[in-house]
Amino acid sequence: MTKIWSIPGGIHPEENKSQSLQLPLGEISLPDELIFPLSQHIGAPAKPVVAVGDRVLGGQKIAEAKGMISAPVHASTSGTVTAIEDRTLPHPSGLSGPCIVIAADGKDEFADFETCEDYLSLDRDTLVQKIRNAGITGMGGAGFPTAVKLSPRANQPIDTLILNGTECEPYITADDILMQTRPEDIIRGTQLLAHLLGNPERVVIGIEDNKPKAIAAVTQAAQGTNIEVVSFPTKYPSGGEKQLIQILTGKEVPSGGLPSDIGIVLQNVGTAVAAYEAVRFGKPLIERITTVVGQALETQRNILVRLGTPIHHVLAEHGFVEKKAMRLIVGGPMMGYALEQDDVPVVKTTNCILAPTKKELPPPPPAQACIRCGMCAEACPASLLPQQMYWYAAAEEYDRLEAQNIKDCIECGACSFVCPSNIPLVQYYRAAKGTMRQMAIDKEKSDRSRKRFEFRQERIAKAEAEKEAKRLARKKAAELAKQKQEAEKAAGVKPASHADKVDIVATAMASAKAKQATPEEQKSKLQRAVTSAEGRLEKLQQRHAEAEGDMKDRLAAQIKQAELKLQETQNKLADFKPVPTEIVAEATDRAPAATDPNDPVAAAIARAQAKMTMAPDEKLKANIESLNGRLAKAEEKLATAQAENSDKVEALQTGVDKLKEKIATAEKELAELAPSAPAAPAPEEQDAAAAAIERAKAKAAQQASMSPEDKLRDQLNSMAGRLEKAQAKLEKAKADNADTVDALQLGLDKMLSKRDKLRDELRAINPKAPELDDQPTASSKAEETPEQPDAATAAIEKAKAKAEALANMSPEDKLRDQIASLETRLEKARQRLAKAEAEDDPNLDAFKTGVEKTEAKLEQAKQELSNA
Amino acid sequence: MYEYLLTHPFLAALAALVALSLVFGAVLGYAAVQFKVEGDPIVDQLDELLPQTQCGQCSYPGCRPYAEAIANGDAINKCPPGGQATINAIADLLDVEAPTLDEEHGEESEVKTVAYIREDECIGCTKCIQACPMDAILGAAKQMHTVIADECTGCDLCVEPCPVDCIDMLPVESGLSDWKWNKPPAVVENIQIIATDKHPDKDGAAA
Repeated sequence: MTKIWSIPGGIHPEENKSQSLQLPLGEISLPDELIFPLSQHIGAPAKPVVAVGDRVLGGQKIAEAKGMISAPVHASTSGTVTAIEDRTLPHPSGLSGPCIVIAADGKDEFADFETCEDYLSLDRDTLVQKIRNAGITGMGGAGFPTAVKLSPRANQPIDTLILNGTECEPYITADDILMQTRPEDIIRGTQLLAHLLGNPERVVIGIEDNKPKAIAAVTQAAQGTNIEVVSFPTKYPSGGEKQLIQILTGKEVPSGGLPSDIGIVLQNVGTAVAAYEAVRFGKPLIERITTVVGQALETQRNILVRLGTPIHHVLAEHGFVEKKAMRLIVGGPMMGYALEQDDVPVVKTTNCILAPTKKELPPPPPAQACIRCGMCAEACPASLLPQQMYWYAAAEEYDRLEAQNIKDCIECGACSFVCPSNIPLVQYYRAAKGTMRQMAIDKEKSDRSRKRFEFRQERIAKAEAEKEAKRLARKKAAELAKQKQEAEKAAGVKPASHADKVDIVATAMASAKAKQATPEEQKSKLQRAVTSAEGRLEKLQQRHAEAEGDMKDRLAAQIKQAELKLQETQNKLADFKPVPTEIVAEATDRAPAATDPNDPVAAAIARAQAKMTMAPDEKLKANIESLNGRLAKAEEKLATAQAENSDKVEALQTGVDKLKEKIATAEKELAELAPSAPAAPAPEEQDAAAAAIERAKAKAAQQASMSPEDKLRDQLNSMAGRLEKAQAKLEKAKADNADTVDALQLGLDKMLSKRDKLRDELRAINPKAPELDDQPTASSKAEETPEQPDAATAAIEKAKAKAEALANMSPEDKLRDQIASLETRLEKARQRLAKAEAEDDPNLDAFKTGVEKTEAKLEQAKQELSNA
Repeated sequence: MYEYLLTHPFLAALAALVALSLVFGAVLGYAAVQFKVEGDPIVDQLDELLPQTQCGQCSYPGCRPYAEAIANGDAINKCPPGGQATINAIADLLDVEAPTLDEEHGEESEVKTVAYIREDECIGCTKCIQACPMDAILGAAKQMHTVIADECTGCDLCVEPCPVDCIDMLPVESGLSDWKWNKPPAVVENIQIIATDKHPDKDGAAA
């Protein structure tokens, strides 16, 4: 005889099992409409695989399992899917959930089931899959998917399989009748489950001793197998999973654990039969045995009912008298739940439909205060302290409830049953458990929220910090730059110190390098520009030919523009060659290091390098030489431009002026450096301009050693000479009606003003200077004496004069002078621009640029002056 | 020395006390350094109790700042999302009387809400994304935005900045998964069990 252990607590309620056992297992008619909730099991709801209007056969899968812990749903008879919608569920909440509704066609046709004689030879996975596909779930009450339970983790070897035939709740006899009628199938199902679990050492079928017929039948069927059939004293709730394990093995499932943790799997006998049918006959779970009992019914019995059958249909078949019924209960009186409506269907876990009268199951009397009798603690099969839990649950002290291990409560209702004060203890625990579960979910969510929020804060802070760092870096850079600028300014009081020069040269080198592009590249670029301009012009002309009216005019304007551009580009291309060769000539002269004679940039670099390595006075000399060269060139160009009356005269003039200025500065520096040193060696240039420069230089050198008065006098004299010359030129120009008259006149005016200035200066130094008297003579002479008008020479003269004047001036004066001249030029340029605008001159743009440039220069000069 | 102390009991007592205080001072000083707890543990505990909606209805920029404020003596009834339950929990923790919720900061709502963007109307301005303390709104400039309902705490902060008012706060749908049993009504003391329990003045007709 197998050893039986006992469980703590437990109660002995009235069994009420005989009523439903008077009649054999019956069947009822098919209802017109069947309802299949998608969630009849623990886990994820199934997913419908049929659509409204589809015809389905009995046993056809209408919803498939979604996820690991889930189970499919099958139609239990043939018919048409009329709806997939929310219907009231057989659930204590009375809530609705998604259901597939099928209108039965009464033909009760079935799909072909795949039978399998030799199922034990199939491999484990196939068998488990078959069980899963058949939608088998625990038939005892919870509805846990059987396939999942049959796949324990590899590290949990199962040594005991227990079949639960206890059925400890009052009234319910569904398992009893199953064991009585189909003991062989139970044994086969048990063998199948044992096979799937790797044939555990011990296979037990546990049956309470209040079912002698079932015990006898199963024992008989189990003969010749290794299956033990164990009966034990009746006590509620022996049928609980953990309780039955304790009774049959003496082991306790750890708190919060599963039976598989201690190597045990427990299945309901009904589940074993369903699994067997699924594997052997391919029959899915479409019907079950349900006890229909209660004194409000005329017939009380067990029936084999199709899943999905509405409960009102079942009740109608059993002569339900609504008046007599106190309420409708699904499940037993201890753990079942009351239904609010009778249109809910029979599902996989519906083991009993109880329709008691008021007398049979009176409503609970009102609860009274707890008298602390302690009977609940004696009755608790889980060895908890129901009374303590009641206090804490009533006071909503959830952490204390936790400490009382409320989660080990199986909600069997034994405590409520014994309570003399009729306190609905289990309801308190259920409510508290629900709240605690919700709190746990909320807590998890709030923790996640906190993390997300903190992460966000961190991210924002980081972004801010980065921004701030960048800002600071910029600020620092700006400060440094400012400091440097100030330092430079401080150093710059000495006119162009050596260090500064080196710096400037280095910068020039850098920029030259940056700009470096071989002449070939430049040339090709220009050629490309020409080609594209030509293309554009052609296209425009084409369009012009096609266009009409307004459009034509516009296009014409565009064509003109394009032509101009093309010409400009072509000019550039044509000019391209000679410029570098000239530079090269210079470069080869002064910088033999220059490797590529065709590369102006390289030449520039070579020159710059040469400059850097030279001694200051040598450098200056070289500088002056180079400047002279450039000046000569510029003057040549200016002369040509003036001869052609080109628009570039102004720009060229500026260039020449600047060059002269530079030369003067350089010479002055040189003079300062070596006052006794002879002037820079005269270059061998043949043209008059060079000669003039020569003179100017000589003068500059002389002036450097002269007294201011002498200097001024000298200047005045030379000025007088130049004036005469200029006036002569002007006369000639007037006589010839040349275009250069204006320019000459202007030059003359300037010269006059300069002379006046010089005179003023001289007067300031020596009021009795003789030169002061001949002013009127000079001016009248200027008007009378026409001479060879050579505009270029005049301009050069002017420029030279300026250079000389500048050479004597202090930097401030120089600047002021510059500003004055710039202002005059600006005025002139503006006038010209206005004229050009009035005449709609095609070179309007060039004028505009010129004006802008001059303005910019003026601005700069003013700035410098204010800085100085 | 010993003799001297024996003859001067007052000095002996003084010396003993000084010696003891030095010893204990050293022990306490060591413990203060060795077992120093970083941060304010009460702030952490308070932060744990707060609902972490980060809604700012308490006038602090988030739950933790409010926890810090409470630790520094602010009122504990400024959290509408947490409601009375949170107030009670904080009162328990701080061992003070639980006040009722300060309505000035908002009302406790029965149903939880979650933001929902009417995606047809969304213009993709990203304003709600910047406002969301949970990073629970997904989207990019000129792209439709949507709320990750699972991460949304229903704090309302995204509703205000929306220029086209396309954000609704919808109640969270409760289904079977979060259904729970109700707590039974509390035991009433003067319940009618026997006839004499009936109050003559309450139901005089019965008497």
